[in-house]
Amino acid sequence: MPTGTRVRWAVVSATSVALVATGCGSSGDSGSGGGSSDTSKTFTYQSSEPQNPLQPANANEVGGGRIVQNLFKGLADYDPSSGKLRMQVADSIDTSDAQTYTVTLKSGWTFHDGTPVTAQSFVDAWNWAANVGNNQINSSWFGDIEGYKDVHPENGSPTTDKMSGLTVQDDTHFTIKLYNKVSYFPYKLGYVAFSPLPEGFFKDPAGYGQKPVGNGPYEFVSWDHNSQVVTKTFANYQGVDKPKNGGVVFKMYTTAEAAYADLQSNNLDVMDQVPPSALANYKNDLGDRAIDAPQGAIQNIGFTLYQPEWQGANTAKVRQGLSMAIDRDTITKTVLQGSRKSATAWVAEGVEGYKSGTCGDFCTYNPDKAKQLIQEGGGVPGNAIKITYNADGGHKEWVDAVCNSIRQATGVNCSGDAKTDFKTARAAITGHQINGLFRTGWVQDYPLNANFLADVYRTGAASNDTGYSSPEFDKLANEADQADSIQDTATGYQKAEEQLALDMPAIPLWYYRTNSGFSTNVQNVEFDSFGNPAWTQVEVKG
Amino acid sequence: MGHYVLRRVLQMIPVFFGATLLIFLMVYSLPGDPIAAMFGDKAADPAQVASLRHQYYLDQPLWKQYLHYMNNIFHLDFGTSFTGRPVSEIMADAFPVTIRLALVAFFFEIFIGLPLGLIAGLYRGSIADTLVLVLTLIVISIPVFVLGYIAQTIFAINLGWVTATVQDSTDITQLILPGLVLASLSLAYVARLTRTSIGENLRADYMRTAVAKGLPRQTVIGRHLLRNSLIPVVTFLGTDLGALMGGAIVTEGIFNIAGVGNVLYKAINQKEGPTVVGIVTVLVLVYLVASLVVDLLYAVLDPRIRYA
Repeated sequence: MPTGTRVRWAVVSATSVALVATGCGSSGDSGSGGGSSDTSKTFTYQSSEPQNPLQPANANEVGGGRIVQNLFKGLADYDPSSGKLRMQVADSIDTSDAQTYTVTLKSGWTFHDGTPVTAQSFVDAWNWAANVGNNQINSSWFGDIEGYKDVHPENGSPTTDKMSGLTVQDDTHFTIKLYNKVSYFPYKLGYVAFSPLPEGFFKDPAGYGQKPVGNGPYEFVSWDHNSQVVTKTFANYQGVDKPKNGGVVFKMYTTAEAAYADLQSNNLDVMDQVPPSALANYKNDLGDRAIDAPQGAIQNIGFTLYQPEWQGANTAKVRQGLSMAIDRDTITKTVLQGSRKSATAWVAEGVEGYKSGTCGDFCTYNPDKAKQLIQEGGGVPGNAIKITYNADGGHKEWVDAVCNSIRQATGVNCSGDAKTDFKTARAAITGHQINGLFRTGWVQDYPLNANFLADVYRTGAASNDTGYSSPEFDKLANEADQADSIQDTATGYQKAEEQLALDMPAIPLWYYRTNSGFSTNVQNVEFDSFGNPAWTQVEVKG
Repeated sequence: MGHYVLRRVLQMIPVFFGATLLIFLMVYSLPGDPIAAMFGDKAADPAQVASLRHQYYLDQPLWKQYLHYMNNIFHLDFGTSFTGRPVSEIMADAFPVTIRLALVAFFFEIFIGLPLGLIAGLYRGSIADTLVLVLTLIVISIPVFVLGYIAQTIFAINLGWVTATVQDSTDITQLILPGLVLASLSLAYVARLTRTSIGENLRADYMRTAVAKGLPRQTVIGRHLLRNSLIPVVTFLGTDLGALMGGAIVTEGIFNIAGVGNVLYKAINQKEGPTVVGIVTVLVLVYLVASLVVDLLYAVLDPRIRYA
């Protein structure tokens, strides 16, 4: 859920995913042509005050997430140039059956306090984070691991504080046993919640949440609340992505407008997203310091399939018709000022397993066909629909545009239904208190198509807000999960995705893009599909 | 006098309780679930939500939550925010920033607004008077955020005289531009209030007496005219100090100042009860103290007013 609010959950770890480097619009070298750089100098990045303590499994919003992923480094992360999984602390993650994984660690890694990173550091950290009593927001990430239900029971207190699926063999080896086969489990391990924690953490988790000690490329220096978090390069960092700068200073901004003003006057080096008011002009303002890169995020309109009027085989035609009545290309160009790209599938561009055109004709504007399909499907109940959205996320303009498009193409009365803010809208959606259509979206947790499909459309999935339940989709998804390799899983999920075109539980609208820029002080700024710059690659001019 | 002050201070106690209760109820009745919102679009894990709710005492009925909160306040514990920071620490960070900004703005209101009003009032109908009227009309009719962005674009981005946002809020020179923007509206009101008040008092009997006595012009204006004309202006300035502290949110946003307005806005958005109640209660107290000071100032300005 990206633009909804500042709470954007799982903004997953590290630098990642291709596309950026290969000319999809982001400018690699900066304006003044790759001059000399000073590896001891820090650069500033636009951030927002973290909403939770800086603990790896507690950082699910951008403010805290970006800081934590620079302070910590897990077994693996995602390569910024290829988007593939890349080993970091792990030397290898092996499995023969996709259910039991053997992890071998590299030696030489230490935490910022000098203590070594061992197999125990991982196992203790995961056991602690999964424990329901420790109140970590991302605790459910450990749900695949055997024994999770003992430390995280649905009711009552945990019966033990160790998950039985985790076994330490020696300092550099441990095994992970899962409840079921999950062929893409290593992909999940790239998420920052799976970071190791130093021994000292467990004595004072709250204190370490304010002054974190990690093992990542940058070490924590200070947290001046509401103003900045200062980090510096960790000299003994063992990862493959050694920093080319002296550290990152996360400067807190409450508005993107203020950050953009600072960027233009060189008081801020790299920013997050330019404000909507600057979208039309930012490429002129910044020249070759402007960035326009794809993001692993999608905007959808979901249907309340749990309501009787949307059930029945024929209603799928109505949903397909509504989808064809939306002129995506015009809306992204005009109302959204080129900050989005029309979607042709349910998985965002650049993600492993992404296949364009799965939605086919149903995602192509065609008023005549739209009208015909809606009629064949028996029409829209009451010939009127409402799209529920949160008023605090800048969605009003495009919801109105989508409604206009639908109204003009099909004559169906469409109107927006604004809820005051993100949490109110979420409560209404998850509480099944809305009628008809609602704005929804998905930001990748990890760049694999399974994340966009299994977590959203499988029967009973935690984020299945539409109530979609298709035996065919579930069967294909389960088959994909049982595959022996990640490639096979991705191909399997592509088949499952085709089922979505037939049922249309949600209308894919468009993919997000990173519209950003950087100051004249820095060069070599590239953004990954998480919308993060490749931190360690940024060079500060000497 | 002493009695009067004591009575006023005692009156603050019920106001304090009433304010905390009302604000507590209002935060409670805000729509949405703050704990579920922590999870973003991802479905919240029910077991984790229950555990978090327990941690923040949100699993108790409302009256118990309030009693718990008040009990903590008497132990000087304002609760903790969702980041795990004590609210007292958050307030200790935010209030000095806002107080500095408010004082800078206050300074401009007095030292620009008053003289402008004085000149306009003394020379009614002159070019200076017309100029002041037109200028204040412009400032009053332009919303503060427009003024803020224009000032930022011209002075920071185009001319480069100042930094676009406040980099260090302890540096008063950086607060000059935001202070001026924040003060602009009240400054215009002060100028107009002063002008009217001066205009009225110019025709008063005591003024004619003072001039007839042959007093120097400076004394006539300074001691007799200005002092008597200040009462409505001081009333306005007193209440405005409170407004400057809590209502600077737009200016704070434009210039990225981590003051009370911003912290409060974020806390309301996240439905972070302890932070909202703590800050608003302090703001209510600031209003009460400011209005007490204003009432006492009346006696200084006009000796006919006495508090027994």
